[in-house]
Amino acid sequence: MYTEDTIAAIATPPGCGGIGIVRVSGSLADQVGRAIFRGIPGGGFDSHRLYYGHFHRSVDGALIDEGMAVLMRAPRSYTREDVLELHSHGGYLVVRAILQACVAAGARLAEPGEFTRRAFLNGRIDLCQAESVLDIITSRTEASLALAQRQREGLLGRELFAVSDLLTGALATLEAYIDFPDEDIDPALQVAVSQRVTTAQQQLYRLVGSFRFGRVLREGVSVLLVGKPNSGKSSLLNALSCEERAIVSPVPGTTRDLIEEIISVDGLPVRIVDAAGIRRHHGDAVEQEGIRRTVGRLSEADLVLFLADASRPLDHDDLEILALLADRPYLTVLTKSDLPPCLEPSQLPPSLTTLSLSCLTGAGLPQLRSALFDYFMHDASSSPDDLVAISNVRHRDLLQRAVGALDRFSRHAAQDLTYDLLSIDLRDALSAVGEVTGATTPDAVLDRIFSSFCIGK
Amino acid sequence: MHSYETRYDVIVVGAGHAGCEAALAAARMGCLTLLLNMSLDGMAVMSCNPSIGGLAKGHLVREIDALGGEMAKNIDATGIQFRVLNTRKGPAVRAGRAQADKQLYRLRMKRVLEQQGNLHLKQGEVTALYLERDELHGVDTRSGIRFLGTTVVLTTGTFMRGLIHIGLINYAGGRAGDLPSLGLSDQLKGLGFEVGRLKTGTPARLDGRTIDFSRLETQYSDDQPRPFSFSTERITMPQVPCYIAYTNPRTHEIIRSGLDRSPLYAGVIEGIGPRYCPSIEDKVVRFPDKERHQTFIEPEGLETVEYYPSGMSTSLPIDIQIAFYRSMHGLEQVEIMRPAYGIEYDYVNPVQLHATLETKLIPRLFHAGQINGTSGYEEAAGQGILAGINAALRAQGKQPIMLGRHESYIGVMVDDLVTLGTKEPYRMFTSRAEYRLLLREDNADLRLRELGHAIGLVSDELYAGFCRKREQIAAELERVATTRIGMGEAEQQWLMDHDCADVQKGTTLEQLLRRPGIGYIDLAGLPGGTAVLTPEVQEQVEIQVKYHGYLERQEEQIERMRKMENSVIPQEMVYSQLQGLTPEVREKLERFRPGTLGQASRIQGVTPAALAILAVALRVNGARQ
Repeated sequence: MYTEDTIAAIATPPGCGGIGIVRVSGSLADQVGRAIFRGIPGGGFDSHRLYYGHFHRSVDGALIDEGMAVLMRAPRSYTREDVLELHSHGGYLVVRAILQACVAAGARLAEPGEFTRRAFLNGRIDLCQAESVLDIITSRTEASLALAQRQREGLLGRELFAVSDLLTGALATLEAYIDFPDEDIDPALQVAVSQRVTTAQQQLYRLVGSFRFGRVLREGVSVLLVGKPNSGKSSLLNALSCEERAIVSPVPGTTRDLIEEIISVDGLPVRIVDAAGIRRHHGDAVEQEGIRRTVGRLSEADLVLFLADASRPLDHDDLEILALLADRPYLTVLTKSDLPPCLEPSQLPPSLTTLSLSCLTGAGLPQLRSALFDYFMHDASSSPDDLVAISNVRHRDLLQRAVGALDRFSRHAAQDLTYDLLSIDLRDALSAVGEVTGATTPDAVLDRIFSSFCIGK
Repeated sequence: MHSYETRYDVIVVGAGHAGCEAALAAARMGCLTLLLNMSLDGMAVMSCNPSIGGLAKGHLVREIDALGGEMAKNIDATGIQFRVLNTRKGPAVRAGRAQADKQLYRLRMKRVLEQQGNLHLKQGEVTALYLERDELHGVDTRSGIRFLGTTVVLTTGTFMRGLIHIGLINYAGGRAGDLPSLGLSDQLKGLGFEVGRLKTGTPARLDGRTIDFSRLETQYSDDQPRPFSFSTERITMPQVPCYIAYTNPRTHEIIRSGLDRSPLYAGVIEGIGPRYCPSIEDKVVRFPDKERHQTFIEPEGLETVEYYPSGMSTSLPIDIQIAFYRSMHGLEQVEIMRPAYGIEYDYVNPVQLHATLETKLIPRLFHAGQINGTSGYEEAAGQGILAGINAALRAQGKQPIMLGRHESYIGVMVDDLVTLGTKEPYRMFTSRAEYRLLLREDNADLRLRELGHAIGLVSDELYAGFCRKREQIAAELERVATTRIGMGEAEQQWLMDHDCADVQKGTTLEQLLRRPGIGYIDLAGLPGGTAVLTPEVQEQVEIQVKYHGYLERQEEQIERMRKMENSVIPQEMVYSQLQGLTPEVREKLERFRPGTLGQASRIQGVTPAALAILAVALRVNGARQ
C-alpha cells in the first residue's frame, strides 16, 4: 500500500555472497535500528556512518549475528526517507532472522518493488526509470498473484476462510448490537461472540504454530536429492551452489550426514538437501538405518529429485531407491550427460519430468532451475500445501497480528470494555486475516448483519 | 416560458430535509436563494417515521448543527420523546433519538425558512433544467415560469416518476396524497445521467382511539432529555411515551396468505428496496423461524390520534393490511387511517458526482438526498447542507469544501456514494466509519465548528462560546496530566473506596482516570481532583483521557492514509494506457473514476499493486506537465 509506514526487505539475493543486507526505509528506521543493533554510542546513529556491533532479537535479546549498521537520514538516501542498512554474514538463516527482528521492531515487509517505488515517488529517480519501476511491480505481482490465487484455493486458504467467517460473524453480531439497539436481538448471542472468537483464536494459534509453518519459515522450500552413491548428488549440489556462490551453511541440530545449500531460483529461496544417508557399508547392501532416515526425509521435503547416472545401466540400488519413491511426485535427473549414455529415459518409471544434465559442462542446469521454479510457482500438480512455504514470513506476520488482536479482544472483553472498543480489536484481526485471503470489506459485515438478523423499522 | 426577472445565485429544487438545509445554508452565506417546492404546505414533511436521530443518524444531526444547519434546532423545538441510545456501549456509538410532532416540525421549519433573509419560497413543479448550449442557467416549471440561476441544487426525494403500490394496485404519486414530478428524470437521462429505480415503503397510520394501550409495553423518554443542538439549552416540549407491540404466528399466516398479491413477490416492483428496512412480508418470508416481530407504536404528534407502527411497512393489499394489524395483541379493534404503501422512484447514480456533490456532467448542478440513492431524513439533510454550501461557494466564485472520512459521517457518506455508488437505498451505519471512535456525537463541534464558522454559517457569538469550551478542555487535560495526587488521609480513603489501593504516590489524575470504573466525576472526592466545568467539558476530558490509546491509533491510521487521500487522480485519466493493470481493475477504475488514490483504494478489487501502479502513473503525469 502506498503509505508512509516503515518497510523492510532483504536487499541481497538469497544465498549469494559473503554478506547479506537487510534494508529498512521509513520514519521508524532509526527506532528499528536502535531496537535490534547494539554498538551505537549513547547519542544514537550519526547519519551515513557505518557502525560495528551485534544484532539481537528485540523480543528476548537473543544474539543473531555480528555485523555493521548504517543509518542514512532523509533526504540523503535511496528512497529519500530514513534508510537503515544492516550488514550481516550472508547465510540465509541469519539474514531472515534479522529481517524478522526488524518486523518485530515495527517495520513491515516491503511489497515487490516498493523501495524503488518510494524512491521514484519521492523524486529520487527520474522519469526514464519509471517504466522499469512499473515492470518490476507488474512482473513480481503477477507471480505473487498467481501464488495468492493458489493459496486461496489451498488448504491454508480454506482454513483461513473458516477463521474469517467466524470473525465476520462475531463482528456482525457486535455491530448489530451497536447499530440496531432497539431491535430485539437475542442477548444470548453475546455469548456466541466470545465463543466464535475463542474458536477462531484456537485455529489461528494452531496455524501459526503448526510444524509446517514453523519449518518452512525457518528453512524455505526444500528439495531433497536422492540417488545411490556416485549418482552425482554432491556434484549437482556444488554446481547449483557454485553458480550461486552460496556459502555452505549446515543447519544446527541436524545429523552430520545431511548436507544442504540454500540457493535462489529466480528469487525463490530453495533449500537443497543431499540425502547422503543412502549408502553402502563395506560394499554391502544399502544400510537399513539410512533407508529409514531417507523415508522420513522424503515426507518432509517439498520436492524430491531422483538422480541416476546416465553413463551406467540401472542397477539394484537404483531400483531399491525408486521403490521408495513410488506414490510420490518427484523429478528424474539423469546426470553425467557428457559421457556416452547407457540409460534411456524410457527405462525409468514415469515421474513429473525427466531432465538430462552435466555438472561438468553445466549443460541442462538452467533447465533444472526453471523446472524447479515452475514446480513451486506454476505447476498445478504440486500440492497446495507446498505453496504455504513461499510468502510465508508475511503470512505469519499477519496471522500473528490477528492473534494479537484477538488476545486484546479477550482481555478487553474480560475487563468489560465497551463495544466500540471491542469492535476495533475484532476489525484488526479480521483485516489481518483478510490480507492473506484477500477478502472482507465493510460491506461484507453489513451483508452478514442483514442476512443473520431480522433488522428494520 | 416566462423568464422571471430576478436572477438567483442558488436555486434549490425541493423543500424536503435536504432542500431546506441547502436553501438555508446558501441564503445564510449571503446568496440570493430560491427554494421551489410542489406545495408550500409540504416543506420539511416527515413522510415516513416521526423521528429524528438514532445510531449514526444522530451523529449526522450533530454534525449538521456544528456546521450551522437547522435540523438539530428544529427537532429540539418540536420533539416529544428524547432518548439517548447505547448508553452502555461506549461513547462513540452513543446516539440521540427523538420522536417529533410531525406537524410542528414542518411548521417550525417553514417559519425559519420564511424568516430567513435572501431566501424566496415559491410553489412550483420543476419539469426541466434550463440549459443554453449545454450550460446550466436555471429551471423551467410546469406553470410556465423560468427561473434563472447560477447554480441549481436538485433534491427530488421520492418524487421523480414516483409510483405508489398498495397490493397489485398502483398509481403515480410522489408520496401518499401528492403528485409525482414528471419530465425531469427523462431530461437527466438525456443529458447522460444514469437514472435508476429504487423502492421504499411506509407502514399504515393507526387510529390511537382504537388501540388498547393498556395491553402494550410502554417506553418513556429519558428523565433528562438531551438536546441535539450544541446551542439548545434544554428541551421544553412535553414528553410522551411510545408503545411496543408484537406480531404472532397468526399475523404471519395472514401475511403469507397475501403474498400472491404482493407487488414485490409478484414482480411488479422493479426498484430495489433497503435491506435494513424490509417490509413485514419480507421479514416473515426471510426469517420463517422467528415467532414474533417487534413494533414500536409511535405517536405522530401531540394534537393527533395518528400512530406510526415502526417496522411494519408493507405493500400488501389493503384487506391483508387490515387483517394483519388487527391480529396483534392490543390492536384487535384498530382502524387504519392511512394505508401502508410501497413507492418506487428515480435516482441518479451518485458515482457521477464530485465529492462536493456537484455533478461531473453539468457544472454548477448539485444533487442531494434521495436523488443520490440515500434514504433517511438525516442522510438527506447532511447532503443538503453540503450541497447548499458548495452551491453558494460556487456562485461566489470560491473554492468548494469537501469533508473527509476522518472528520465526519457526512464525509463517510459522500465518499461512499461518489466512490462506490449504491444499489439499494443507502443508510448510514456507524460501522461504515473506519474511524468511528473519532466521529462521536459528543465531539461533532470540535470536528466541524471551525469550518462552519469559516464559511459563515456559525455566528461569531456561537463560535466564541465554542472556543472557550475548546480552551477549557485543553486546560483541564493539561491539569489532570500534570497534577499528582498527594497521600493524605483523604486521598488514602478515596483510593480504598475506589479499589485503587495499589496506587503509588506521585500518580497523576490522568493515570487514575484511565483506570476502569473511574469517571471524571469520581475525582471530585479527591482534594483538587476536579475543576469547575460544564458537564460537556468534563465529558470531553474523560473520553479523551480514557480512550487516549485507541484515539491515537486511529489518528495514526488517518495520517498514513492522508497522502493517498490527497493524491488527486485527474478526471481525464486514461486507464487503458496504464501498463500492468489487470483487465478487471482497469474496468473498475474506468467505471468508478475515483477522484483520489484514497478513493481508488476503497473500490473492491483494486489491489495494492494496482494502487502502486496508479501512484507511479500520477507521478509520471505530474512530471510530464
